[in-house]
Amino acid sequence: MFSARDWREYPRRYRLEAGKCKKCGKVLFPARLVCPECGAREFETEILLETGKVLTYTVIRVAPSQFTDQAPYAIAIAELTNGVKLMAQLVDCDVDDIKVGMEVRIEFRRVQTDDHHGILSYGYKFVPKWY
Amino acid sequence: MRDVAVVGVGMTRFGELWEKSLRDLYVEAALSAIENSGVDRIDSMIIGCMTSGLFVGQEHLGSIMADYLGIKHLPASRVESACASGGLAFRHAFIEVASGMSDIVMAGGVEKMTDISGDGATYALATAADQEYEVFHGATFPGLYALIAVAHMEKYGTTRDMLAAVAVKNHDNGSMNPNAQYPFKITMDMVKSSVMVADPLRILDCSPITDGAAAVILTTVDIAKKLGKAYIKVTGSGHATDAIALHSRDDLTTIAAATAAADKALKMAGKTIKDIDFAEVHDCFTIAEIAVTESVGIFEPGKGGEAVLKGETALDGSFPINTSGGLKSKGHPVGATGVAQIVEVYKQLTGSAENGRQLKNNPKVGMAQNMGGSGGSSLVHILEVA
Repeated sequence: MFSARDWREYPRRYRLEAGKCKKCGKVLFPARLVCPECGAREFETEILLETGKVLTYTVIRVAPSQFTDQAPYAIAIAELTNGVKLMAQLVDCDVDDIKVGMEVRIEFRRVQTDDHHGILSYGYKFVPKWY
Repeated sequence: MRDVAVVGVGMTRFGELWEKSLRDLYVEAALSAIENSGVDRIDSMIIGCMTSGLFVGQEHLGSIMADYLGIKHLPASRVESACASGGLAFRHAFIEVASGMSDIVMAGGVEKMTDISGDGATYALATAADQEYEVFHGATFPGLYALIAVAHMEKYGTTRDMLAAVAVKNHDNGSMNPNAQYPFKITMDMVKSSVMVADPLRILDCSPITDGAAAVILTTVDIAKKLGKAYIKVTGSGHATDAIALHSRDDLTTIAAATAAADKALKMAGKTIKDIDFAEVHDCFTIAEIAVTESVGIFEPGKGGEAVLKGETALDGSFPINTSGGLKSKGHPVGATGVAQIVEVYKQLTGSAENGRQLKNNPKVGMAQNMGGSGGSSLVHILEVA
Protein backbone atom coordinates (compact mmCIF):
# COMPACT_ATOMS: atom_id res chain seq x y z
CA MET A 1 0.00 0.00 0.00
CA PHE A 2 1.25 3.48 -0.81
CA SER A 3 0.99 6.05 1.94
CA ALA A 4 -1.35 8.38 0.01
CA ARG A 5 -3.98 5.67 -0.04
CA ASP A 6 -3.74 5.44 3.73
CA TRP A 7 -3.73 9.14 4.63
CA ARG A 8 -6.53 9.88 2.18
CA GLU A 9 -8.76 7.90 4.56
CA TYR A 10 -7.69 9.75 7.74
CA PRO A 11 -10.89 11.83 7.99
CA ARG A 12 -12.92 8.60 8.22
CA ARG A 13 -10.50 6.32 10.01
CA TYR A 14 -8.98 8.78 12.48
CA ARG A 15 -11.75 11.32 13.00
CA LEU A 16 -14.89 9.27 12.15
CA GLU A 17 -16.16 11.98 9.82
CA ALA A 18 -19.45 11.11 8.13
CA GLY A 19 -21.62 13.17 5.79
CA LYS A 20 -25.12 14.20 6.81
CA CYS A 21 -27.49 14.91 3.92
CA LYS A 22 -28.79 18.45 4.24
CA LYS A 23 -32.08 17.47 2.61
CA CYS A 24 -33.18 14.17 4.20
CA GLY A 25 -30.83 13.98 7.19
CA LYS A 26 -29.41 10.56 6.28
CA VAL A 27 -25.93 10.09 7.76
CA LEU A 28 -23.55 8.39 5.33
CA PHE A 29 -20.29 6.74 6.27
CA PRO A 30 -18.17 7.27 4.31
CA ALA A 31 -19.50 10.56 2.99
CA ARG A 32 -20.51 10.56 -0.66
CA LEU A 33 -21.26 13.08 -3.38
CA VAL A 34 -24.84 11.87 -3.91
CA CYS A 35 -27.31 10.83 -1.22
CA PRO A 36 -28.58 7.30 -2.05
CA GLU A 37 -31.83 8.03 -0.20
CA CYS A 38 -32.98 11.27 -1.82
CA GLY A 39 -30.44 12.15 -4.52
CA ALA A 40 -29.41 15.43 -2.88
CA ARG A 41 -25.83 16.59 -3.23
CA GLU A 42 -25.29 18.82 -0.23
CA PHE A 43 -23.86 17.44 2.97
CA GLU A 44 -22.47 18.66 6.25
CA THR A 45 -19.77 16.86 8.18
CA GLU A 46 -20.99 14.96 11.19
CA ILE A 47 -18.86 12.94 13.57
CA LEU A 48 -20.07 9.37 14.13
CA LEU A 49 -21.61 8.53 17.47
CA GLU A 50 -19.30 6.05 19.12
CA THR A 51 -21.77 3.56 20.54
CA GLY A 52 -23.95 0.94 18.90
CA LYS A 53 -24.89 -2.72 18.91
CA VAL A 54 -23.78 -5.80 16.99
CA LEU A 55 -26.05 -6.86 14.12
CA THR A 56 -23.90 -9.82 13.05
CA TYR A 57 -20.35 -11.09 13.56
CA THR A 58 -17.92 -13.84 12.65
CA VAL A 59 -14.53 -15.06 13.78
CA ILE A 60 -11.91 -15.08 11.04
CA ARG A 61 -9.74 -18.19 11.52
CA VAL A 62 -8.05 -18.16 8.10
CA ALA A 63 -6.71 -14.63 7.75
CA PRO A 64 -5.07 -12.59 4.97
CA SER A 65 -1.30 -12.15 5.43
CA GLN A 66 -1.53 -8.66 7.00
CA PHE A 67 -3.75 -10.13 9.72
CA THR A 68 -2.25 -13.54 10.46
CA ASP A 69 -0.63 -12.21 13.65
CA GLN A 70 -4.11 -11.23 14.92
CA ALA A 71 -6.01 -14.44 13.98
CA PRO A 72 -8.38 -15.62 15.20
CA TYR A 73 -10.15 -12.27 15.36
CA ALA A 74 -13.77 -11.21 15.25
CA ILE A 75 -15.29 -8.83 12.73
CA ALA A 76 -18.73 -7.40 13.22
CA ILE A 77 -21.28 -5.18 11.58
CA ALA A 78 -22.70 -2.79 14.16
CA GLU A 79 -25.48 -0.26 13.93
CA LEU A 80 -24.56 2.93 15.70
CA THR A 81 -27.01 4.89 17.78
CA ASN A 82 -27.74 7.25 14.88
CA GLY A 83 -28.51 4.41 12.43
CA VAL A 84 -25.15 4.27 10.63
CA LYS A 85 -23.95 0.72 9.98
CA LEU A 86 -20.28 -0.13 9.63
CA MET A 87 -17.89 -3.06 9.75
CA ALA A 88 -14.84 -3.36 11.98
CA GLN A 89 -13.00 -5.81 14.16
CA LEU A 90 -14.49 -6.46 17.59
CA VAL A 91 -11.66 -6.78 20.10
CA ASP A 92 -10.84 -6.83 23.81
CA CYS A 93 -13.21 -9.68 24.52
CA ASP A 94 -13.22 -13.47 24.21
CA VAL A 95 -14.60 -14.31 20.76
CA ASP A 96 -16.86 -16.90 22.41
CA ASP A 97 -18.57 -14.16 24.41
CA ILE A 98 -19.71 -12.18 21.37
CA LYS A 99 -23.44 -12.13 20.72
CA VAL A 100 -25.78 -10.43 18.28
CA GLY A 101 -27.22 -7.42 20.06
CA MET A 102 -24.26 -6.82 22.38
CA GLU A 103 -23.41 -3.19 22.92
CA VAL A 104 -20.13 -1.88 21.58
CA ARG A 105 -18.27 1.36 21.25
CA ILE A 106 -15.61 2.55 18.83
CA GLU A 107 -11.95 2.89 19.75
CA PHE A 108 -8.94 4.05 17.77
CA ARG A 109 -6.49 1.21 17.17
CA ARG A 110 -3.81 -0.13 14.88
CA VAL A 111 -5.67 -2.16 12.25
CA GLN A 112 -2.99 -3.74 10.09
CA THR A 113 0.68 -3.74 9.18
CA ASP A 114 1.76 -3.72 5.57
CA ASP A 115 5.05 -5.59 5.85
CA HIS A 116 6.03 -4.84 2.27
CA HIS A 117 5.98 -1.04 2.53
CA GLY A 118 6.27 -0.84 6.32
CA ILE A 119 3.09 1.19 6.70
CA LEU A 120 1.17 0.91 9.94
CA SER A 121 -2.51 1.53 9.27
CA TYR A 122 -4.70 2.84 12.07
CA GLY A 123 -8.42 3.16 12.30
CA TYR A 124 -11.48 2.16 14.30
CA LYS A 125 -12.33 -1.07 16.03
CA PHE A 126 -15.29 -2.06 18.18
CA VAL A 127 -14.81 -2.95 21.84
CA PRO A 128 -17.46 -4.10 24.32
CA LYS A 129 -19.25 -1.06 25.72
CA TRP A 130 -18.65 -2.10 29.33
CA TYR A 131 -14.93 -2.44 28.76
CA MET B 1 -35.96 -8.03 -30.13
CA ARG B 2 -35.24 -11.31 -31.88
CA ASP B 3 -35.84 -14.67 -30.20
CA VAL B 4 -32.52 -16.05 -28.95
CA ALA B 5 -31.35 -19.65 -28.61
CA VAL B 6 -28.42 -21.45 -27.01
CA VAL B 7 -27.37 -23.91 -29.64
CA GLY B 8 -24.23 -25.47 -28.26
CA VAL B 9 -22.20 -25.69 -25.06
CA GLY B 10 -18.73 -26.69 -23.97
CA MET B 11 -16.65 -26.72 -20.84
CA THR B 12 -13.36 -28.00 -19.53
CA ARG B 13 -13.15 -30.28 -16.54
CA PHE B 14 -13.03 -28.10 -13.44
CA GLY B 15 -10.19 -28.60 -10.98
CA GLU B 16 -6.56 -27.94 -10.18
CA LEU B 17 -5.37 -28.20 -13.76
CA TRP B 18 -1.63 -27.66 -13.38
CA GLU B 19 -0.86 -28.57 -16.99
CA LYS B 20 -3.27 -26.01 -18.48
CA SER B 21 -2.85 -22.25 -18.86
CA LEU B 22 -5.49 -19.52 -18.92
CA ARG B 23 -5.52 -19.53 -22.72
CA ASP B 24 -5.48 -23.34 -22.97
CA LEU B 25 -8.55 -23.53 -20.77
CA TYR B 26 -10.52 -20.91 -22.67
CA VAL B 27 -9.73 -22.25 -26.13
CA GLU B 28 -10.58 -25.82 -25.10
CA ALA B 29 -14.04 -24.78 -23.88
CA ALA B 30 -14.61 -22.48 -26.87
CA LEU B 31 -13.74 -25.12 -29.47
CA SER B 32 -15.93 -27.62 -27.68
CA ALA B 33 -18.90 -25.21 -27.80
CA ILE B 34 -18.37 -24.45 -31.49
CA GLU B 35 -18.19 -28.14 -32.35
CA ASN B 36 -21.22 -28.95 -30.20
CA SER B 37 -23.31 -26.23 -31.91
CA GLY B 38 -22.48 -27.01 -35.50
CA VAL B 39 -21.90 -23.34 -36.41
CA ASP B 40 -19.25 -22.63 -39.03
CA ARG B 41 -18.39 -19.18 -37.70
CA ILE B 42 -18.90 -16.80 -34.81
CA ASP B 43 -19.51 -13.09 -35.32
CA SER B 44 -18.51 -11.87 -31.90
CA MET B 45 -17.31 -13.10 -28.51
CA ILE B 46 -17.90 -11.91 -24.95
CA ILE B 47 -15.63 -13.31 -22.22
CA GLY B 48 -16.41 -13.22 -18.52
CA CYS B 49 -13.36 -13.19 -16.29
CA MET B 50 -13.05 -11.73 -12.83
CA THR B 51 -9.40 -10.99 -12.42
CA SER B 52 -6.94 -12.76 -14.71
CA GLY B 53 -4.74 -9.71 -14.10
CA LEU B 54 -4.27 -10.66 -10.46
CA PHE B 55 -4.32 -14.43 -10.96
CA VAL B 56 -1.85 -14.67 -13.86
CA GLY B 57 -0.99 -11.09 -14.82
CA GLN B 58 -2.88 -11.29 -18.11
CA GLU B 59 -5.49 -8.73 -19.22
CA HIS B 60 -6.67 -7.84 -22.74
CA LEU B 61 -8.45 -11.20 -22.86
CA GLY B 62 -10.67 -10.52 -25.87
CA SER B 63 -7.69 -10.22 -28.16
CA ILE B 64 -5.57 -13.04 -26.80
CA MET B 65 -8.44 -15.53 -26.85
CA ALA B 66 -9.58 -14.53 -30.37
CA ASP B 67 -5.99 -14.94 -31.54
CA TYR B 68 -5.58 -18.37 -29.95
CA LEU B 69 -8.97 -19.42 -31.30
CA GLY B 70 -7.55 -18.59 -34.70
CA ILE B 71 -10.25 -16.10 -35.68
CA LYS B 72 -8.65 -13.02 -37.19
CA HIS B 73 -10.10 -9.62 -36.26
CA LEU B 74 -12.99 -11.15 -34.30
CA PRO B 75 -14.75 -8.48 -32.20
CA ALA B 76 -14.09 -9.81 -28.69
CA SER B 77 -14.73 -8.18 -25.33
CA ARG B 78 -14.07 -9.07 -21.74
CA VAL B 79 -16.67 -8.14 -19.11
CA GLU B 80 -16.30 -8.16 -15.34
CA SER B 81 -18.71 -8.30 -12.44
CA ALA B 82 -16.62 -10.28 -9.94
CA CYS B 83 -17.95 -13.84 -9.58
CA ALA B 84 -20.93 -12.90 -11.80
CA SER B 85 -18.66 -12.13 -14.78
CA GLY B 86 -19.76 -15.28 -16.62
CA GLY B 87 -23.44 -14.48 -16.22
CA LEU B 88 -22.74 -10.95 -17.40
CA ALA B 89 -20.94 -12.28 -20.50
CA PHE B 90 -24.00 -14.42 -21.28
CA ARG B 91 -26.31 -11.42 -20.88
CA HIS B 92 -24.25 -9.25 -23.22
CA ALA B 93 -24.11 -12.02 -25.82
CA PHE B 94 -27.89 -12.35 -25.48
CA ILE B 95 -28.35 -8.61 -25.97
CA GLU B 96 -26.08 -8.63 -29.02
CA VAL B 97 -28.05 -11.41 -30.74
CA ALA B 98 -31.48 -10.13 -29.64
CA SER B 99 -30.70 -6.64 -30.91
CA GLY B 100 -29.74 -7.85 -34.36
CA MET B 101 -26.20 -6.55 -34.09
CA SER B 102 -24.72 -10.05 -34.50
CA ASP B 103 -26.20 -13.41 -35.51
CA ILE B 104 -23.86 -15.88 -33.79
CA VAL B 105 -22.12 -14.90 -30.56
CA MET B 106 -20.02 -16.90 -28.13
CA ALA B 107 -20.37 -16.24 -24.40
CA GLY B 108 -17.41 -17.69 -22.55
CA GLY B 109 -16.00 -17.57 -19.07
CA VAL B 110 -12.62 -18.50 -17.67
CA GLU B 111 -10.51 -18.29 -14.53
CA LYS B 112 -7.06 -19.71 -13.86
CA MET B 113 -6.79 -19.58 -10.07
CA THR B 114 -4.01 -21.99 -9.10
CA ASP B 115 -0.99 -20.17 -10.53
CA ILE B 116 -0.88 -18.13 -7.32
CA SER B 117 -0.54 -18.85 -3.59
CA GLY B 118 -3.56 -19.28 -1.35
CA ASP B 119 -2.89 -15.86 0.16
CA GLY B 120 -2.65 -14.36 -3.34
CA ALA B 121 -5.98 -15.94 -4.27
CA THR B 122 -7.56 -14.59 -1.08
CA TYR B 123 -6.32 -11.12 -2.02
CA ALA B 124 -7.56 -11.43 -5.61
CA LEU B 125 -11.02 -12.61 -4.58
CA ALA B 126 -11.30 -9.93 -1.91
CA THR B 127 -11.16 -7.27 -4.63
CA ALA B 128 -14.88 -8.08 -5.11
CA ALA B 129 -15.54 -6.60 -1.64
CA ASP B 130 -15.15 -3.01 -0.43
CA GLN B 131 -11.40 -2.55 -0.07
CA GLU B 132 -11.47 0.45 2.28
CA TYR B 133 -14.43 -0.45 4.50
CA GLU B 134 -14.44 -4.26 4.57
CA VAL B 135 -11.15 -5.78 3.43
CA PHE B 136 -9.11 -3.11 5.29
CA HIS B 137 -10.56 -4.44 8.56
CA GLY B 138 -9.60 -8.04 7.86
CA ALA B 139 -12.80 -9.31 6.21
CA THR B 140 -12.43 -12.28 3.85
CA PHE B 141 -15.05 -13.76 1.52
CA PRO B 142 -15.85 -16.66 3.82
CA GLY B 143 -16.05 -13.98 6.52
CA LEU B 144 -18.61 -11.90 4.62
CA TYR B 145 -20.86 -14.91 3.99
CA ALA B 146 -20.38 -15.94 7.63
CA LEU B 147 -21.81 -12.53 8.60
CA ILE B 148 -24.84 -13.32 6.42
CA ALA B 149 -25.07 -16.81 7.97
CA VAL B 150 -25.04 -15.54 11.57
CA ALA B 151 -27.68 -12.91 10.73
CA HIS B 152 -29.81 -15.57 9.00
CA MET B 153 -29.49 -18.00 11.91
CA GLU B 154 -30.34 -15.25 14.38
CA LYS B 155 -33.40 -14.02 12.46
CA TYR B 156 -34.85 -17.32 11.21
CA GLY B 157 -33.34 -20.04 13.34
CA THR B 158 -31.45 -21.52 10.40
CA THR B 159 -29.27 -24.32 11.75
CA ARG B 160 -25.79 -25.77 11.31
CA ASP B 161 -27.41 -28.93 9.89
CA MET B 162 -29.27 -26.93 7.23
CA LEU B 163 -25.99 -25.43 6.04
CA ALA B 164 -24.32 -28.84 5.98
CA ALA B 165 -27.25 -30.32 4.04
CA VAL B 166 -26.56 -27.91 1.17
CA ALA B 167 -22.99 -29.17 0.82
CA VAL B 168 -24.02 -32.84 1.12
CA LYS B 169 -26.78 -32.46 -1.50
CA ASN B 170 -24.51 -30.64 -3.94
CA HIS B 171 -21.78 -33.25 -3.59
CA ASP B 172 -24.41 -35.96 -4.21
CA ASN B 173 -25.24 -34.24 -7.52
CA GLY B 174 -21.62 -33.43 -8.35
CA SER B 175 -20.65 -37.08 -7.89
CA MET B 176 -22.52 -37.64 -11.17
CA ASN B 177 -20.85 -34.76 -13.04
CA PRO B 178 -17.77 -35.86 -15.01
CA ASN B 179 -16.53 -32.25 -15.11
CA ALA B 180 -16.73 -31.67 -11.35
CA GLN B 181 -13.64 -30.80 -9.34
CA TYR B 182 -14.82 -32.91 -6.38
CA PRO B 183 -17.02 -35.64 -7.89
CA PHE B 184 -17.60 -37.54 -4.66
CA LYS B 185 -20.15 -37.68 -1.88
CA ILE B 186 -19.61 -36.24 1.58
CA THR B 187 -21.54 -36.68 4.84
CA MET B 188 -23.10 -34.26 7.31
CA ASP B 189 -20.48 -35.28 9.88
CA MET B 190 -17.65 -34.53 7.44
CA VAL B 191 -18.99 -31.01 6.89
CA LYS B 192 -19.60 -30.36 10.57
CA SER B 193 -16.18 -31.58 11.66
CA SER B 194 -14.16 -29.89 8.88
CA VAL B 195 -11.79 -27.02 9.65
CA MET B 196 -13.44 -23.78 10.76
CA VAL B 197 -12.73 -20.90 8.34
CA ALA B 198 -15.02 -18.12 9.59
CA ASP B 199 -17.61 -19.11 12.21
CA PRO B 200 -19.98 -20.79 11.50
CA LEU B 201 -18.62 -21.61 8.03
CA ARG B 202 -16.21 -24.53 7.76
CA ILE B 203 -14.05 -25.49 4.83
CA LEU B 204 -16.74 -27.87 3.50
CA ASP B 205 -19.23 -24.97 3.48
CA CYS B 206 -16.96 -23.19 0.96
CA SER B 207 -16.60 -23.57 -2.79
CA PRO B 208 -13.02 -24.31 -3.83
CA ILE B 209 -10.26 -22.53 -5.77
CA THR B 210 -10.64 -23.85 -9.31
CA ASP B 211 -9.22 -23.66 -12.82
CA GLY B 212 -11.73 -23.95 -15.62
CA ALA B 213 -13.60 -22.48 -18.56
CA ALA B 214 -17.03 -22.79 -20.13
CA ALA B 215 -18.51 -21.45 -23.37
CA VAL B 216 -21.90 -21.41 -25.06
CA ILE B 217 -23.06 -20.34 -28.52
CA LEU B 218 -26.01 -17.98 -28.82
CA THR B 219 -27.87 -17.34 -32.05
CA THR B 220 -31.38 -16.60 -33.25
CA VAL B 221 -34.05 -19.26 -32.94
CA ASP B 222 -34.39 -19.12 -36.74
CA ILE B 223 -30.72 -19.97 -37.28
CA ALA B 224 -30.82 -22.58 -34.49
CA LYS B 225 -33.65 -24.41 -36.29
CA LYS B 226 -31.64 -24.51 -39.51
CA LEU B 227 -28.57 -25.92 -37.73
CA GLY B 228 -30.61 -28.95 -36.80
CA LYS B 229 -28.95 -29.49 -33.40
CA ALA B 230 -30.53 -29.48 -29.95
CA TYR B 231 -31.18 -25.94 -28.78
CA ILE B 232 -32.96 -24.13 -25.95
CA LYS B 233 -34.52 -20.67 -25.84
CA VAL B 234 -33.35 -17.76 -23.71
CA THR B 235 -36.57 -16.07 -22.65
CA GLY B 236 -35.51 -13.89 -19.73
CA SER B 237 -32.43 -11.95 -18.68
CA GLY B 238 -32.21 -9.91 -15.50
CA HIS B 239 -29.27 -7.98 -14.07
CA ALA B 240 -29.10 -5.91 -10.90
CA THR B 241 -26.48 -4.32 -8.67
CA ASP B 242 -26.49 -3.38 -5.01
CA ALA B 243 -24.16 -1.77 -2.48
CA ILE B 244 -20.85 -3.62 -2.60
CA ALA B 245 -20.36 -3.34 1.18
CA LEU B 246 -22.55 -5.74 3.13
CA HIS B 247 -23.12 -3.23 5.93
CA SER B 248 -24.55 -0.71 3.46
CA ARG B 249 -27.53 -2.96 2.69
CA ASP B 250 -30.86 -2.81 4.46
CA ASP B 251 -31.28 -6.53 5.17
CA LEU B 252 -28.29 -8.78 5.92
CA THR B 253 -30.28 -11.99 5.42
CA THR B 254 -31.39 -11.50 1.83
CA ILE B 255 -29.65 -10.85 -1.50
CA ALA B 256 -31.64 -7.94 -2.87
CA ALA B 257 -29.72 -7.88 -6.17
CA ALA B 258 -30.79 -11.49 -6.79
CA THR B 259 -34.40 -10.59 -6.02
CA ALA B 260 -34.30 -7.65 -8.45
CA ALA B 261 -32.54 -9.64 -11.20
CA ALA B 262 -34.99 -12.55 -10.84
CA ASP B 263 -37.99 -10.21 -10.97
CA LYS B 264 -36.70 -8.66 -14.21
CA ALA B 265 -35.87 -12.01 -15.82
CA LEU B 266 -39.22 -13.58 -14.90
CA LYS B 267 -41.11 -10.53 -16.13
CA MET B 268 -39.29 -10.64 -19.47
CA ALA B 269 -40.08 -14.35 -19.79
CA GLY B 270 -43.72 -13.79 -18.82
CA LYS B 271 -43.35 -16.29 -16.00
CA THR B 272 -43.58 -16.52 -12.23
CA ILE B 273 -41.23 -18.51 -10.01
CA LYS B 274 -43.87 -21.29 -9.87
CA ASP B 275 -43.31 -21.90 -13.59
CA ILE B 276 -39.64 -22.76 -13.04
CA ASP B 277 -38.80 -26.47 -12.81
CA PHE B 278 -35.21 -26.31 -11.49
CA ALA B 279 -32.38 -23.85 -10.93
CA GLU B 280 -28.64 -23.48 -10.83
CA VAL B 281 -27.86 -20.93 -8.11
CA HIS B 282 -24.66 -19.35 -6.83
CA ASP B 283 -23.68 -21.54 -3.85
CA CYS B 284 -20.22 -20.07 -3.29
CA PHE B 285 -20.93 -20.84 0.38
CA THR B 286 -23.69 -23.05 1.77
CA ILE B 287 -25.52 -20.06 3.25
CA ALA B 288 -25.51 -18.40 -0.19
CA GLU B 289 -27.67 -21.15 -1.68
CA ILE B 290 -30.19 -20.82 1.14
CA ALA B 291 -30.27 -17.01 0.96
CA VAL B 292 -30.58 -16.99 -2.84
CA THR B 293 -33.37 -19.58 -3.05
CA GLU B 294 -35.30 -17.34 -0.65
CA SER B 295 -34.32 -14.10 -2.38
CA VAL B 296 -35.52 -15.22 -5.83
CA GLY B 297 -38.78 -16.48 -4.33
CA ILE B 298 -38.37 -20.26 -4.59
CA PHE B 299 -38.91 -20.47 -0.82
CA GLU B 300 -40.35 -18.04 1.71
CA PRO B 301 -37.77 -15.99 3.66
CA GLY B 302 -36.38 -18.21 6.41
CA LYS B 303 -37.65 -21.45 4.83
CA GLY B 304 -34.75 -22.18 2.48
CA GLY B 305 -32.70 -24.15 5.01
CA GLU B 306 -35.60 -26.34 6.05
CA ALA B 307 -36.35 -27.09 2.38
CA VAL B 308 -32.82 -28.42 1.85
CA LEU B 309 -32.99 -30.56 4.99
CA LYS B 310 -36.30 -32.07 3.82
CA GLY B 311 -34.85 -32.97 0.42
CA GLU B 312 -37.02 -30.54 -1.53
CA THR B 313 -34.01 -29.28 -3.47
CA ALA B 314 -32.53 -32.73 -4.19
CA LEU B 315 -32.56 -34.26 -7.69
CA ASP B 316 -35.86 -35.98 -6.95
CA GLY B 317 -37.25 -33.10 -4.88
CA SER B 318 -40.02 -30.67 -5.77
CA PHE B 319 -37.52 -27.95 -6.84
CA PRO B 320 -34.09 -29.36 -7.70
CA ILE B 321 -31.27 -26.88 -7.05
CA ASN B 322 -27.75 -27.20 -8.45
CA THR B 323 -28.11 -30.49 -10.30
CA SER B 324 -24.56 -29.93 -11.59
CA GLY B 325 -23.13 -30.14 -8.08
CA GLY B 326 -23.09 -26.36 -7.82
CA LEU B 327 -20.03 -24.30 -7.12
CA LYS B 328 -19.43 -26.44 -4.03
CA SER B 329 -18.75 -29.76 -5.76
CA LYS B 330 -18.33 -28.82 -9.42
CA GLY B 331 -15.84 -26.08 -8.55
CA HIS B 332 -15.86 -22.29 -8.86
CA PRO B 333 -13.47 -20.82 -11.44
CA VAL B 334 -15.11 -17.47 -10.76
CA GLY B 335 -15.34 -16.01 -14.27
CA ALA B 336 -16.46 -19.34 -15.76
CA THR B 337 -19.14 -20.13 -13.20
CA GLY B 338 -22.01 -18.12 -14.71
CA VAL B 339 -21.47 -19.73 -18.11
CA ALA B 340 -21.08 -23.23 -16.62
CA GLN B 341 -24.50 -22.76 -14.98
CA ILE B 342 -25.98 -22.19 -18.47
CA VAL B 343 -24.19 -25.35 -19.66
CA GLU B 344 -25.97 -27.37 -16.96
CA VAL B 345 -29.39 -25.84 -17.68
CA TYR B 346 -28.85 -26.61 -21.38
CA LYS B 347 -28.01 -30.23 -20.57
CA GLN B 348 -31.03 -30.67 -18.33
CA LEU B 349 -33.42 -29.08 -20.86
CA THR B 350 -32.04 -31.14 -23.77
CA GLY B 351 -32.01 -34.37 -21.74
CA SER B 352 -28.26 -34.78 -21.96
CA ALA B 353 -27.07 -34.51 -18.34
CA GLU B 354 -24.60 -37.32 -17.67
CA ASN B 355 -24.34 -40.24 -15.26
CA GLY B 356 -27.83 -40.35 -13.84
CA ARG B 357 -28.23 -36.73 -12.76
CA GLN B 358 -30.69 -36.00 -15.60
CA LEU B 359 -33.98 -34.81 -14.09
CA LYS B 360 -36.67 -37.43 -14.69
CA ASN B 361 -39.73 -35.20 -14.95
CA ASN B 362 -39.04 -33.66 -18.39
CA PRO B 363 -38.12 -30.18 -17.17
CA LYS B 364 -39.34 -27.38 -19.43
CA VAL B 365 -38.05 -24.20 -17.77
CA GLY B 366 -34.78 -23.63 -15.93
CA MET B 367 -33.22 -20.71 -14.09
CA ALA B 368 -29.56 -19.73 -13.70
CA GLN B 369 -28.62 -17.28 -10.94
CA ASN B 370 -25.06 -15.95 -10.77
CA MET B 371 -23.78 -13.60 -8.06
CA GLY B 372 -20.93 -11.13 -7.69
CA GLY B 373 -19.19 -10.56 -4.36
CA SER B 374 -21.40 -10.83 -1.30
CA GLY B 375 -24.39 -9.83 -3.44
CA GLY B 376 -23.19 -6.58 -5.00
CA SER B 377 -24.37 -7.89 -8.37
CA SER B 378 -26.55 -10.67 -9.69
CA LEU B 379 -27.57 -12.08 -13.05
CA VAL B 380 -30.62 -14.27 -13.56
CA HIS B 381 -31.52 -16.04 -16.80
CA ILE B 382 -34.61 -18.02 -17.72
CA LEU B 383 -34.14 -20.77 -20.29
CA GLU B 384 -36.80 -22.94 -21.89
CA VAL B 385 -37.05 -26.01 -24.05
CA ALA B 386 -37.36 -25.26 -27.76
